[in-house]
Amino acid sequence: MSDHEERAPGRVTLSREDVIHVARLARLDLREDEVELFTAQLRTVLDHAADVAALDLAHLEPSSHPIALQNVLRPDEPRESLDRGEVLAVAPEVEDHQFRVPRIGGEAP
Amino acid sequence: MSTALALAAEVRSGRRSAREVVEESLAAVAAGNGELNAFLTVVGDEARAQANAVDAAVAAGRDPGPLAGVPVALKDNLCTRGSVTTCGSRILEGWRPPYDATVVESLRAAGAITIGKTNMDEFAMGSSTENSAFGPTRNPRHTGKVPGGSSGGSAAAVAAGFTPLGLGSDTGGSIRQPAALCGVVGMKPTYGRVSRYGLVAFASSLDQIGPFATTVEDAALLYDVLAGHDPLDSTSLPSVPEPTLASVHDGSEGIRVGLCRDLVDGCSPDVAARVHEAADALAGAGAKVEEISVPEFAYGLSAYYLIAPAEASSNLARYDGVRYGLRVDGEDAAAMNTATRTAGFGAEVKRRVMLGTYALSAGYYDAYYAQAQRVRTLVMQAFDRAYESVDVLLGATAPTTAFDLGAKVDDPMAMYMNDVCTIPSNLSGHPAISVPFGTGDDGLPVGVQVMAPALGEAILFRLARVVEAHAPQVAGS
Amino acid sequence: MSADWEMVIGLEVHCELATATKLFCGCRNSFGDEPNVNICPVCLGLPGSLPVLNEQAVELAMRIGDALHCEIRPSEFARKNYFYPDQAKDYQISQYDRPLNTGGWLELPDGFRVGVTRAHMEEDTGKLTHVGASGRINAALHALVDYNRSGVPLVEIVSEPDIRTVAHARAYASELRGILVATGASDGRMEEGSMRVDANVSVRPAGTSAFGTRCEIKNLNSLRSLGRAMEYEAARQIALLESGGSVDQQTRHWDESAGRTESMRSKEEANDYRYFPEPDLVPLAPDAAWRERVRAGMGPMPSDRRAQLAAALDGAPTDAEADQIKAVVDLGLDGLVRAAAEAGAPTSLALARAANEVAAQSEAGLSLSATTFAALLAMESGGQLSATQSKAVLGALLERGGGDPAAMAKEMGFEALGADTLSAVVDEVISAHPGEWERFVSGEDKLMGMFTGEVMKATSGKANGKEVAAELRRRRG
Repeated sequence: MSDHEERAPGRVTLSREDVIHVARLARLDLREDEVELFTAQLRTVLDHAADVAALDLAHLEPSSHPIALQNVLRPDEPRESLDRGEVLAVAPEVEDHQFRVPRIGGEAP
Repeated sequence: MSTALALAAEVRSGRRSAREVVEESLAAVAAGNGELNAFLTVVGDEARAQANAVDAAVAAGRDPGPLAGVPVALKDNLCTRGSVTTCGSRILEGWRPPYDATVVESLRAAGAITIGKTNMDEFAMGSSTENSAFGPTRNPRHTGKVPGGSSGGSAAAVAAGFTPLGLGSDTGGSIRQPAALCGVVGMKPTYGRVSRYGLVAFASSLDQIGPFATTVEDAALLYDVLAGHDPLDSTSLPSVPEPTLASVHDGSEGIRVGLCRDLVDGCSPDVAARVHEAADALAGAGAKVEEISVPEFAYGLSAYYLIAPAEASSNLARYDGVRYGLRVDGEDAAAMNTATRTAGFGAEVKRRVMLGTYALSAGYYDAYYAQAQRVRTLVMQAFDRAYESVDVLLGATAPTTAFDLGAKVDDPMAMYMNDVCTIPSNLSGHPAISVPFGTGDDGLPVGVQVMAPALGEAILFRLARVVEAHAPQVAGS
Repeated sequence: MSADWEMVIGLEVHCELATATKLFCGCRNSFGDEPNVNICPVCLGLPGSLPVLNEQAVELAMRIGDALHCEIRPSEFARKNYFYPDQAKDYQISQYDRPLNTGGWLELPDGFRVGVTRAHMEEDTGKLTHVGASGRINAALHALVDYNRSGVPLVEIVSEPDIRTVAHARAYASELRGILVATGASDGRMEEGSMRVDANVSVRPAGTSAFGTRCEIKNLNSLRSLGRAMEYEAARQIALLESGGSVDQQTRHWDESAGRTESMRSKEEANDYRYFPEPDLVPLAPDAAWRERVRAGMGPMPSDRRAQLAAALDGAPTDAEADQIKAVVDLGLDGLVRAAAEAGAPTSLALARAANEVAAQSEAGLSLSATTFAALLAMESGGQLSATQSKAVLGALLERGGGDPAAMAKEMGFEALGADTLSAVVDEVISAHPGEWERFVSGEDKLMGMFTGEVMKATSGKANGKEVAAELRRRRG
């Protein structure tokens, strides 16, 4: 079920297409000169990270936290909500006490 | 300005009014901030009102708190209700949060006075404060130099004497490195020791809020106010923190200090020399100093520059023009998101967001993100092994003294190298502190770094105090 | 569907949990309030906010897991990253690699078992209203977002693709709904959106075992829509395959008024959600004591209650009685039936009346007193009221919210017919139809119905059908 299929380990060179692809995923528009620049710069960072990518660390578990907490819970008790007026006052566009956005092109993923 | 400890004592005893202290701070800001650009926002009226409240408490015989009347500079990624909070970014220009960060509430309860919000690298991404959308901050020790980053504004405010205390955030060194470059004390607590609620997230598993001060004692005083469990932060440690101020003068007798070669050898020779001198001073003060090698630290930089951008790419997705902040219109919602983010984010943020998106994307997750998290485990285990033979570690904070404004902006990799000494303790979540210790060949400040095991803040401050006590006198400090 | 093909169905059900507050914050979990009144920094995704897990949501999620015979295991939360205006952080906190509940099953009333792959916890999105044209997303000019629902706790229950018929799919959804209500986890109101069903449909040649390409069908607001949509979709796929085409894997929207599914995804690339462990939350591993409390605290499930009712009947239930039992349990009226039986009413009569007359006013039925119900049933089974009269009195009692059955019968003019009166009426009817009577006497049994009908008509339905039949037989000899 995981979408974490693995590519072959080792050096993978970041391409222009990769940069354009991740820019789109991140909702960023890049000018042509930016694509060039960012591709070169990101490639440098990833090349530097190749030393890490190449390490054989299969015997280690990934740590997503530096702390060993678990089961942090809170009781099912209401807390005061924010004042709607204060929140909507700083919203870019409001209609009928709701946040207004331009038309949405597709269904939720 | 006097130290926080001295000021608080004066205000608490009624010898000096908080109002007077605040006016002194505001005057200093008014005189000097134009050149330094340490503060983005100054909240003069609010500060005066807070000071009046402290004075009223003192007059009524109520306890005004341990930081009564002490001015504090807050990094602009800390939410302050009703006050502009930009994170150094165009995308949050003019944004007023409807709530206060927990640390802001703690400061208020302690009687501290917020003077204003300080400049920073955009969304805390950077090591020089040159990535701010509102201009760089200048180093008070040499205005042609960077103050370091990302908490450059708070470091500069304290170094310039605008306020005795500052708050910053440290994800890869963003408190300690600017502290070193500006010649002040800067400390990062154990991960989870200080609440992150209200700290605008950069990299959630690495971010921590911490103090800036001119003395180790002051930093301990401020840390003791900030530390503690917060039910609004699931990663907040449940245990009651050990107070550090009371033991800060306990000395270093018998403490085993590991002079970490991996945090010295790659630095410029003058910086390395100061670290060795600090080690000698500690030995002279009764500590047991030995050289130690932790080669795994070398992998920290690469792991950090995969983990932090990955988490950041997700944390920064919310800036989409829908609910707050900048909106640039588009023909549909997606186009609006894109136009907003493209206009609102600077180059470094875009770089890291793309890098992080790439590291998490299908096909690359295991080779990059998961692998970086395994390196994190490696580094944590290396620390554990080191702490079997020593109680604290010693090294440099930054590999060089402050560099020229503009010198590294076009070379991201060179900029990232500034964090090589500070990153390991972000990965492990351990506490660490930078203490000013003399200057480099260029006369600019050098910071020496002490690191301790998790929850070792008391021993950390103790050692830092000894280092500070033996620091060479520096003109103008 | 032709016998050449087999449909393969898996169902994904999203269940809103009946907690007082949201999954990660203390805002009220409430349907139908004014827009954007139940919001806070957390569920609005404001910069600096952090999630904290609701204990009761975990309790209810565990009950669901236990009721579905799942293994409740150590789990972790993950971020599912995608941009959409109703997603306040532009990522959803869900569970991915390590869900709370796995490996269970649900048994349908006819004994067929459907596997349950997983039942994990996640947060709900805000609500979108598309404005302009017909309110349909394709023709909208702009949209409005209400975040009241953002952060409401959900459990997503994913079945194995074990279902092969529309009837079983509907039975699965219905039985699951009953289970969710029985555990207290949900109010099961599909029309309010507290239970949402999506269907994964594929087809394959009958007798083969490889899975065909599936499509996900969304926007199924009732069990009827579910059935219609699956039939349509299976037919659509079969037609495609039979004409030499292939099925594209996609998400399709069920259009209730047009009676067809439509592809909603534009030619955009498949989504890369870039799942990674949620760094703002720590792992969830309910201990053995908690799991045991959940298990011990579980009340009877619908299948248990159906079995209890069946056991109260004399002998195995007929097909009709099985349907009645199911209807009665679905509506929560089984307690009434059992209580009436305990008070002396014939169980099968109580069952029939409950499944039909009480079910017609089920809301009132839930507050109908068992004593009243039993008293009425006694009047019917004792002959004082005919079936028709009994149903009418029952209807009136439900409408009035209770009362005394005898008094109500009298008020409605339903007095029991005296034996003399009945005899007299039968005399009249026989003399009015001499020819038919002769034929009936000589053996034309089917005329029984006609005579009974005539007697009933003459007594305005007050006669007891059984008594009439008995009297007619007596007269015939």
